[in-house]
Amino acid sequence: MMKNVYITNTNCITPLGFDVDSNWEALLQGISGIEKQNGFGPLESFYASVIDTHKLEASFEQISSGEGFTKLEKMLILALKPLINNTIITNRTAFLFSTTKGNIRLLEDGNNTVEAAYLSALAKKISTYFGFTTEPIVVSNACVSGILAIAIAKRMIQAGMYDNAFVVAADEVSEFVVSGFNSFQAMSPEPCKPYDKERTGVTLGEAAAAVYISSDEKEAVANSMKIIGDGAVNDANHISGPSRTGEGLYRSIASAMSEAKIEKGKIDYISAHGTATLFNDEMEAIAFNRLSLENTPVNSLKGYYGHTLGASGLLETVLAIESARRNQLIVSKGYNQSGVTQPIRIITANNSQEINCFLKTASGFGGCNTAVLFEKVN
Amino acid sequence: MESSNYISKYCIIEEHSVFVNGRKQFASEPVPFTEFAKAVYKDFGMDYPKFFKMDSLSKLAFLTAEIILEDIAKPGEENNNIALVFANRSSSLDTDAKYQDSIQDKKDYFPSPAVFVYTLPNICIGEVSIRHQLKSESAFFVFDEFPSEFMKNYADVLLATGKAEKVVCGWTELYREKYRSVMYLVEKQGKTEHNKEIINQIYTNSLWTL
Repeated sequence: MMKNVYITNTNCITPLGFDVDSNWEALLQGISGIEKQNGFGPLESFYASVIDTHKLEASFEQISSGEGFTKLEKMLILALKPLINNTIITNRTAFLFSTTKGNIRLLEDGNNTVEAAYLSALAKKISTYFGFTTEPIVVSNACVSGILAIAIAKRMIQAGMYDNAFVVAADEVSEFVVSGFNSFQAMSPEPCKPYDKERTGVTLGEAAAAVYISSDEKEAVANSMKIIGDGAVNDANHISGPSRTGEGLYRSIASAMSEAKIEKGKIDYISAHGTATLFNDEMEAIAFNRLSLENTPVNSLKGYYGHTLGASGLLETVLAIESARRNQLIVSKGYNQSGVTQPIRIITANNSQEINCFLKTASGFGGCNTAVLFEKVN
Repeated sequence: MESSNYISKYCIIEEHSVFVNGRKQFASEPVPFTEFAKAVYKDFGMDYPKFFKMDSLSKLAFLTAEIILEDIAKPGEENNNIALVFANRSSSLDTDAKYQDSIQDKKDYFPSPAVFVYTLPNICIGEVSIRHQLKSESAFFVFDEFPSEFMKNYADVLLATGKAEKVVCGWTELYREKYRSVMYLVEKQGKTEHNKEIINQIYTNSLWTL
């Protein structure tokens, strides 16, 4: 018999606020963090959801001297700090960090060595700051990293290697990433519109998110989220585009549902990936239909935060958990008229609704997909 | 986690040599990695033109996986439930540095999507999955050193929960001309026990019995 594993505490650092409550309030009011930014190279300007550096500095100064930390490191520390304050770290506490590009901006300064951008060095720095004693586990799987890290933590706790885990995820908007997405012609000239007929691509964003995961039944108080099933199946189709049939996502969700032993009718809400590229959104609609999930309310939070890459899966889980705790759906911002060929139930009003079980999904470059099912502890 | 799984095959590529189950199968002169990779591709009679479009990290992972999976993954088979669990130290920094060079000079700005797509370490998993049609569990990790205990536990949990029928674990490290790839196949039947000691012996290429 596998142990039960729960998320009991969450936090996030985004342009909309430096804790979950302020982010939730902003979402309810329909506020987006996406703004016009100055471009570089041949790109004159672009839209992105960027954290105000001065606000971040001010917040960071309250907990630590600002010396010797990059912006990304400050985001990571601010995200984790409140969770750590309540918990004792032992030699059976895992520390998972998910990111795609970490401190890649350090390469912009030709004086830095490439070693400065090692993900393991960044993970060690954060791990040492908080006094973790186990080896940091860096999960770097493109845009599924954040949600995959939850699945990994749960699996390793169930394997008996750890009792509990802190998972933190972060990525920032860098010239590296913006120029790359732009070279793919995947950047939207206006704030992104997931699933909409007029959608034209991705808006990038930056954020950090953190969750605490425990197998201790005493910690699983009301409104904790039990992680009841997961799957992370590759499309085996293309390295920079999703499968046309949504095969990997379909199999990931099916695997999670089979582990959780639940029927489709039990899922009250889907927090989807919804990057607003033509292919991604279409692929998700196909996969949800193949699983008869077309009537389950679904949203993408990319219209509020942009695509925060390795952080997105974790950030969106933190806010989906908030939706479940408050039994309240959040509008899928940017959506007006369906732009996918299969019917799906995009959330267009902040309606109250009982949410006991929700599904979080993500897909990314390399053909990766992840689906995790959560059930509320009542 | 209690394990009754077994390691049935392993392959190491390092210092312009290829070892399969502990035996040296190929060695070249000390040539640059791309030349060496091409020589391995030819020597093992591989036929997959997409190989030549891959970045160095993907080439390294591809070659090692090709040797491990040649008679394991059934071509055209829809249900090759073989998980891929790879890790390394330098992530995709070899290609990251090349991509950064392409945007460093504002007057000579040439970001290429074909390079950018390889600036993620899990792309090499995608390449291997496509090659062998592995619509299966996969994950890429970054560690300072080869995480033998973590790898063991993760492979065991994938097999115990039925998420996979077999697991290919791999350390695929490459930065500039320094490379080292170690892969082994874990399954439920076999002779060589899947434990931390054996895994460490495989990693250091000091296991000769397989």
